[in-house]
Amino acid sequence: MGANGPSLPDRARNGRLAVYAIAAAIGLILAFAPFLFGDVRSQQVAARICVFIVLVASYDLLIGYTGIVSFAHTMFFGLGAYGAAIALKQWGPGWSAVLVGGGAGIVAAAALAALIGVLSLRVKAIFFAMVTLAAASVMLVLASQLSAITNGEDGLVYVAPKLLTPATILFTGADGKAAKWFGVRMDGKIAAYYFVFLTCLVLFAALYRIIRSPLGAVLEAVRENEIRAEAIGYRVVAYRTAVFVIAAVIAACAGVVWAVWLRYTGPETTLSFAIMIDILLMVVIGGMGTMTGAVIGVTVMSLAQFYLKDLMGAAAEATAAIPVLPQLLNPDRWLFWLGILFILLVYFFPAGVAGTLMKKGTH
Amino acid sequence: MAAPSLETKDLTIRFGGHVAVNSVSCAFRPGELTAIVGPNGAGKTTWFNLVSGQLAPTSGAIFKDGRNITRLPASTRAGVGIGRAFQLTNLFPRLSVLENVRLAVQARAGDGWRPWRSVGAFPHLEKKAMAHLATVRLEDAAHVPAAALSHGDQRKLEVALLAAMDPDIFMFDEPTAGMSVDEAPVILDLIGAIKADRSKTVLLVEHKMSVVRALADRIVVLNNGELVADGAPENVMALPIVREIYLGVADAAP
Ligand SMILES: Nc1ncnc2c1ncn2[C@@H]1O[C@H](COP(=O)(O)OP(=O)(O)OP(=O)(O)O)[C@@H](O)[C@H]1O
Ligand SMILES: [Mg+2]
Repeated sequence: MGANGPSLPDRARNGRLAVYAIAAAIGLILAFAPFLFGDVRSQQVAARICVFIVLVASYDLLIGYTGIVSFAHTMFFGLGAYGAAIALKQWGPGWSAVLVGGGAGIVAAAALAALIGVLSLRVKAIFFAMVTLAAASVMLVLASQLSAITNGEDGLVYVAPKLLTPATILFTGADGKAAKWFGVRMDGKIAAYYFVFLTCLVLFAALYRIIRSPLGAVLEAVRENEIRAEAIGYRVVAYRTAVFVIAAVIAACAGVVWAVWLRYTGPETTLSFAIMIDILLMVVIGGMGTMTGAVIGVTVMSLAQFYLKDLMGAAAEATAAIPVLPQLLNPDRWLFWLGILFILLVYFFPAGVAGTLMKKGTH
Repeated sequence: MAAPSLETKDLTIRFGGHVAVNSVSCAFRPGELTAIVGPNGAGKTTWFNLVSGQLAPTSGAIFKDGRNITRLPASTRAGVGIGRAFQLTNLFPRLSVLENVRLAVQARAGDGWRPWRSVGAFPHLEKKAMAHLATVRLEDAAHVPAAALSHGDQRKLEVALLAAMDPDIFMFDEPTAGMSVDEAPVILDLIGAIKADRSKTVLLVEHKMSVVRALADRIVVLNNGELVADGAPENVMALPIVREIYLGVADAAP
């Protein structure tokens, strides 16, 4: 980040443009996803990409911009999701349940982040990472054990606010059912998608605003050299704690959106360490310390997770006549190929796709 | 005589059995440039670290304008006007040269806690930062990462960061160490200009006696963590202990 004048080499400027162009294209596709892809699965992928862009970007605020390693990001995500889910389950569908329950989850996330931050952000980074890992494990156990309110491993199934349910008609067509615009029914399903898209857009914009602000500049100073940052007058512990709380609040907001979209909340969809690993991989693929990289990393990784199996199934069929290949391309081996893809990405983009293209931080 | 702007009383720090700074008491006044000299390992940098808050003393106290600041964190000390540059260059390596200085200006202006406005909305901070870069002739390198600068230019940036803090107390730790003869004057001129503004207190750790002679109003000598001499340059330079300490240092002959 920071000022980049005319001395910036052309190559880096082109790379920067390429990254913004890719991110803008992804943004446009997400904005019109319901009109571009009719099927339910694609919309599920698009919504997941929206929510995870916010989740990964907020994590990058910690790890990439400020240099804080935390493993508790899913914990905050889960607090938001469970807050909304429990309220929706207990009170039935309604926006007040989303606002009050989700709000309570977000406040809990902020309080917990402040507590962890104040107690352990002064100590060594490795110790802090361990504390977050422990806290996240405890939260995962709590969610499974407190089955009276969380329904344990099975999780909670509930109904979304009425506006977002499929039966809702946004615009009535000639046939008395929901009107079709460009072939898409204007019903609650499309309202649900745009609820996800627009909330995530606002949250992402807020994050973007922060990294471009004077506060964002201080965060990078803390990452680069905390002793000097302190020496010129920035209270490092306070900034670290603040950014930890901000990231937790944004992750919790993403959790609320995710809970409303899925109409299901369980440990597997919000709190599991598999998701924490996904977040880490997405940050690394996109490029640490590049907010736009989150957009690219999440998209690449999500597409691979959802479609690699299909692609391999098709490839295995197409190569059925050739020996060995069909076995290699068997859809059951998709994780193996995902691993290969990841290794290739890291090899060709050591600083992540966005980071490498922008030639940030010439070492 | 003016009241002391900075004072240490019986300041002591122990590292295990080693006493790096041993009961150092001395006071400094605005308008005065004090050179702090002593052999390698005498405790000069450690004394600086105690004053600016990078280290906490084992015992003793530090006062800024009469206020006890011994327990304050380094950032708060910067806030009350204690600024220091480092002997070992200590920058934000991957940030641009301009951003390095802009951060110091921003800290001074108290604008660090603004999340909702763009950095671009504070053009006066950048303008000030550019002026500080111009003072050390680094304006052409403004957009280069600090890590890409030559050693000499990094030393200049180190000093520009201190100047950008605009403190009451300037602490320089061998600012021209390792710089070529044609680079050093930029920094010495800057120190001279700060001294000419009679409201500032300047502390300068320096091995080169020619520099000390040119700039110092007063010399404090540290040896083995202890303050062994303190006074006007001509008196201190004549002391046998100082001649003994500096024997063998090429530049030391008066
Ligand atoms: N953090 C530390 N832990 C242990 N010992 C230390 C520490 N910092 C400094 N020392 C020791 O304290 C003594 C004083 O060191 P200091 O760096 O203050 O000397 P100096 O006068 O600045 O020397 P130079 O002229 O070489 O810069 C040295 O013996 C050093 O090894
Ligand atoms: Mg030293």
